[in-house]
Amino acid sequence: MPEATQAATLVVGIGNPSRGDDALGPLALERLSQMQLAGVELLTDFQLQVEHALDLEGRSEVIFIDASVESHAPFDFAPVEATADASATTHALSPAALLDTYRRLIGRPPPARVLAIRGYAFELGEPLSERAANNLEAAVAMLAARLRRSRIGS
Amino acid sequence: MTERAIADDLETAPNAEGLRRVAIDPVSRVEGHGKVTILLDSDDRVHQVRLHIVEFRGFEKFVQGRPFWEIPVMVQRLCGICPVSHHIAAAKALDLVVGAARLTPTAEKIRRLMHYGQILQSHALHFFHLSSPDLLFGFESDVARRNIVAVAAEHPEIARRGVLLRKFGQEVIRVTAGKRIHGTGAIPGGVNKSLTAEERDGLRRDVYQIVAWSREAVQLVKKLHLSNVGLYNSFGTFRSNMLSLVASDGAMDLYHGGLRARDDAGALIFDHVDYRRYWDHIVEDVKPWSYMKFPFLREIGRERGWYKVGPLARVQNCDHIPSPLADAERREFVDVGGGQPVHATLAYHWTRMIEMLFAAEQIKDLLHDDDLLGSELRVSGPRQVRGVGVIEAPRGTLIHHYRVNRDDQIVRANLIVSTTHNNQAMNEAIRQVAKRYLDGRKLTEGLLNHIEVAIRAFDPCLSCATHALGKMPLAVELIDAEGARIDEIMRG
Repeated sequence: MPEATQAATLVVGIGNPSRGDDALGPLALERLSQMQLAGVELLTDFQLQVEHALDLEGRSEVIFIDASVESHAPFDFAPVEATADASATTHALSPAALLDTYRRLIGRPPPARVLAIRGYAFELGEPLSERAANNLEAAVAMLAARLRRSRIGS
Repeated sequence: MTERAIADDLETAPNAEGLRRVAIDPVSRVEGHGKVTILLDSDDRVHQVRLHIVEFRGFEKFVQGRPFWEIPVMVQRLCGICPVSHHIAAAKALDLVVGAARLTPTAEKIRRLMHYGQILQSHALHFFHLSSPDLLFGFESDVARRNIVAVAAEHPEIARRGVLLRKFGQEVIRVTAGKRIHGTGAIPGGVNKSLTAEERDGLRRDVYQIVAWSREAVQLVKKLHLSNVGLYNSFGTFRSNMLSLVASDGAMDLYHGGLRARDDAGALIFDHVDYRRYWDHIVEDVKPWSYMKFPFLREIGRERGWYKVGPLARVQNCDHIPSPLADAERREFVDVGGGQPVHATLAYHWTRMIEMLFAAEQIKDLLHDDDLLGSELRVSGPRQVRGVGVIEAPRGTLIHHYRVNRDDQIVRANLIVSTTHNNQAMNEAIRQVAKRYLDGRKLTEGLLNHIEVAIRAFDPCLSCATHALGKMPLAVELIDAEGARIDEIMRG
């Protein structure tokens, strides 16, 4: 997986590959990395942390991909705004709280969206569930098409 | 009203029937999931306080049957906040399995550099982003203000330094482990890469600023402590034994050494113990109400043998710190005790920053050592069936223990993580706080935050939990004796 450097679009995959459907974020990035999408950089991590704010600098768009127990199946894809939510007090920030950290420390954050892929089971050592695997396919197809379109349009 | 009996230790109420139960579930600003339950009577007298922790359930199954050389990479997935600590502890254990009794200088120094990078970034996150809101604004300040966002607004330089210290630590990890996460740098018998001159020089450029900021962080926390010494010395304070690794000359060493334990008055219980037989000295007790074990020192026994680990134990267990700036700070800290060990729970913050300075100085020194660029990376010797690796992780002593069969598969694993060592200590701290601040008073969010402040001082990693969206609600619930929820405070 390439490390994030400077490109217009940053896609951040969040999750633990060894915790069942929590692998959805990293797996989505793995799939995207095989597509060689121009102008797109990929960054994966277990969870968002304050220093990830520095990875957002200079981007025209940021997309966070994470497993979700709240989204609709197969996925929700929606803009996210900087918000000081409860995760600002934990070791793991939400995308909204990370954007808020950026706003406080650096300035106006880049436009961002969250691709929340519906997951179901999150136990250590479990494989991806079948339903989550289907959701992953749909989410990656949508996002890849969108990233290709935005590249053509730029 | 009939007077109810209250147990002195507040661990188990003699008669829990009819008591109200307050749950802080999960505790915020700590890693993973933790829950505090408090039993109160109708006069708000505290009868029982317990910290419940979800441990590494399923870990043994997770690694069983896996080839041993995969383990240093696999164990990073146990924890999203200290993967490098598990990576290094597992590699140290498996060094013994491949017969690598002594690593090459290049391998050992690269591992040390990686480890001190992890210490630096972990301690920076904890102080600047998780604890500073409590310390700067007060434990009972407005909950909306008591977070890093408010710190960034009122103390922007502190928040910015926290981010940049984290970033530097991550960069040290990236160049030593090969990647920012899921690194493969440490392997059984050594490392799989050394540094290039370019990588080393890139870190060298920034390290002096990192040392300077770390030094200033010690000054800040020292000032906070000494400006309110009554509170800092008494809040959640309890006496206990202390455990950590120390180097053969008694110096602080967070990567390798022998086990040293002191009693609550500072007298040695054992010293320079070979950790490969840790079970001769550390016994893991169980209690029916908790998933997490309660370790104690065999020499002292179950009742009084529990101990604390982590910065507060390490800074006082060692004879000196082999870095001049950090050692000067250690001496100043020890003087506060006036010849007696400091047992103040909030002193964890001060000692954590002394360790951050130590880590920064160690990184600086290592970056001037040409062994980092060496090419002798790996050694091996006669195969062994068992390996034990111990390091001092950011939160305290971390033990990895594996047994390997003839087909190179893991057949048994045992981990004792820092938070498990501190289990009884954290319970003691919150019971002290409950007695002092909660007993007989109507509970408020600010009062309940006192409990969380005590827990956060230990920087516990309560479980290696999933962080999917929607998986971490933060709520304080008041539940009556029949289990019905009668009140709730949401955070954020």
